[in-house]
Amino acid sequence: MSILVYISGEHAGAKASHEAVTYAKKLGSDVVVVASGNSSDLADLGTYGASKVLVDANVSDADSRQITALVAKAVEATGADTIIFSHDLISKAVAPRLSVRLKAGLVSGAVALPEGDKIKVNVFSGKAFGYVTVKTAKKIIALLPNSISPEATGSACPVENFDAGTGNAAVKVVDKKIPEGEVPLPEAEVVVSAGRGLKGPENWGMVEELAKLLGAATACSRPVADIGWRPHHEHVGQTGLAIRPNLYIAIGISGAIQHLAGVNGSKTIVVINTDPEAPFFKAADYGVVGDAFEVVPKLIEAVKKFKG
Amino acid sequence: MNILVCISKAPDTTSKIAFKDGNTKFDETGVQYIVNPYDEWYALVRALELKESNGGNVTIITVGTAADEAVIRKALAIGADDAVRIDVNPVDAFEVASQIASYAKENNYDLILTGKETIDFNGSQVGSMIAESLDLPYVALASKLDLNGQTLRLEQEISGGIQVLEVNYPAVVSCAKGMAEQRIPNMRGIMAARTKPLKVVPAYASETYTSFESFSLPEAKKAVKLIDPNNMDELVSLLHNEAKVI
Ligand SMILES: Cc1cc2nc3c(=O)[nH]c(=O)nc-3n(C[C@H](O)[C@H](O)[C@H](O)COP(=O)(O)OP(=O)(O)OC[C@H]3O[C@@H](n4cnc5c(N)ncnc54)[C@H](O)[C@@H]3O)c2cc1C
Ligand SMILES: Nc1ncnc2c1ncn2[C@@H]1O[C@H](COP(=O)(O)O)[C@@H](O)[C@H]1O
Repeated sequence: MSILVYISGEHAGAKASHEAVTYAKKLGSDVVVVASGNSSDLADLGTYGASKVLVDANVSDADSRQITALVAKAVEATGADTIIFSHDLISKAVAPRLSVRLKAGLVSGAVALPEGDKIKVNVFSGKAFGYVTVKTAKKIIALLPNSISPEATGSACPVENFDAGTGNAAVKVVDKKIPEGEVPLPEAEVVVSAGRGLKGPENWGMVEELAKLLGAATACSRPVADIGWRPHHEHVGQTGLAIRPNLYIAIGISGAIQHLAGVNGSKTIVVINTDPEAPFFKAADYGVVGDAFEVVPKLIEAVKKFKG
Repeated sequence: MNILVCISKAPDTTSKIAFKDGNTKFDETGVQYIVNPYDEWYALVRALELKESNGGNVTIITVGTAADEAVIRKALAIGADDAVRIDVNPVDAFEVASQIASYAKENNYDLILTGKETIDFNGSQVGSMIAESLDLPYVALASKLDLNGQTLRLEQEISGGIQVLEVNYPAVVSCAKGMAEQRIPNMRGIMAARTKPLKVVPAYASETYTSFESFSLPEAKKAVKLIDPNNMDELVSLLHNEAKVI
């Protein structure tokens, strides 16, 4: 079976990209990557199972029509019958377009390899799983990040220029602001999050300190973003970001169902809350019933000791 | 500016998730349906704001059965001018998108807005599929949308930061948090919604590509392990040795 994986050059070195190539390799023997935008990390995708990378550096990551044309052309060139994406911002714009263009059923939010003809996906914001079948000859799978572990078993592969001739981008990027030094929340393996229990924005120092020690990103509950204690991009939950880190530490967050919807895909959850009845404890692996203002500084000390 | 806002119904966010008929169907017992929050809070409200400052019309469209009309009236109460229901009980996102695209082809819109995703199936597919069917540009998960002549200025949250985009309309945009503030319908809006036009359109010919065969619930979490607040060394050790996450 011939499998094509779309990777954005900008994300070629990201764990989610390594996961997508690993997933493809487990599906079929011949895995080709098609990439938009050049990057020195592309050849390294061979390590995860790609036999080669086709790259068109003229395609903009912001223009879903250009990327769709590029991937469609690569499908034609390779004869691929299965196309893999990582279920991120770019794939959410491109994979459905490609599905219409190729008449290929799209399974989005896959969390596992297919079992027979069924593919397991996340539904109800992580509160359940669905099993999807595809009726079309070609299929597209958008893999949810952190669903399988990347496996580096091969070696670097050739990167070839692939001119898809997609014309000019209709969507133009006019500005990009990325705060430096912070761990981006969607990709973070460890997340330290806090809620209204922290009483005010001036108390976030200890949250940031703990996050820094753990190499973690910071997050927050919705009311905290709504009242402006924390930036909006930190808001997780039903109406914010859905994340699936290995470790989620929730401080002074009650654990409302809409909050859980964004974090219950986390592998391990630690809850710190004064109220033993807080609903979050039901979703937690480890719980500390106590005052955050006493517990968090102690936790910081313990982590410092552990890190030596 | 004429705006089409795609509205889906969704189970109330506090609904108990359960399945019936051998785990092949969502169990609707006791479930209240609401307007999918992304469609209501962000897409619809931003469409109304654009209409308020630039004139035009806001039409909402749903692909669904007569049972969805209560949810449609709710969106009308928030301020949409009129509503369209395409009479199909859709099987997949492609079917929804084909129906909406067929309708949109017959009626010209400057802007088609969807929510970021439906909170039940979390597909994030419909908007992009509509855009492809109409050969329009598409921007996913916009957190801001402003109008500048013929150009839309959009913001998107990208890992940890913000990206500003420009595209000429007509276009399709999916709407995420940040775009607008929730509006609570007032009594006048609710009364007015009763008499606003709700057009029912028969199904267009369309195909389906995928289907949900069954569902399952995640394994129940093991009971929480409580740790003495004075013994954070134990927590760190458990996270390292037992959970292996640090
Ligand atoms: C449609 C809809 C969508 C929503 N979407 C989201 C969403 O995406 N994300 C989200 O987060 N919410 C969302 N909400 C809101 C959600 O229902 C809750 O209101 C919200 O999550 C509560 O935030 P919180 O836990 O920070 O605050 P609170 O509920 O006020 O909880 C504060 C917690 O802190 C504890 N506490 C107090 N003092 C201390 C202390 N000194 N030390 C330790 N603990 C302390 C308290 O015991 C309490 O449990 C949504 C609601 C609706 C209706
Ligand atoms: N049945 C439907 N009728 C109208 N719009 C829909 C329907 N289903 C989904 N949508 C729109 O498409 C968006 C994305 O849905 P989805 O692709 O299912 O996650 C939703 O937020 C709605 O705006």
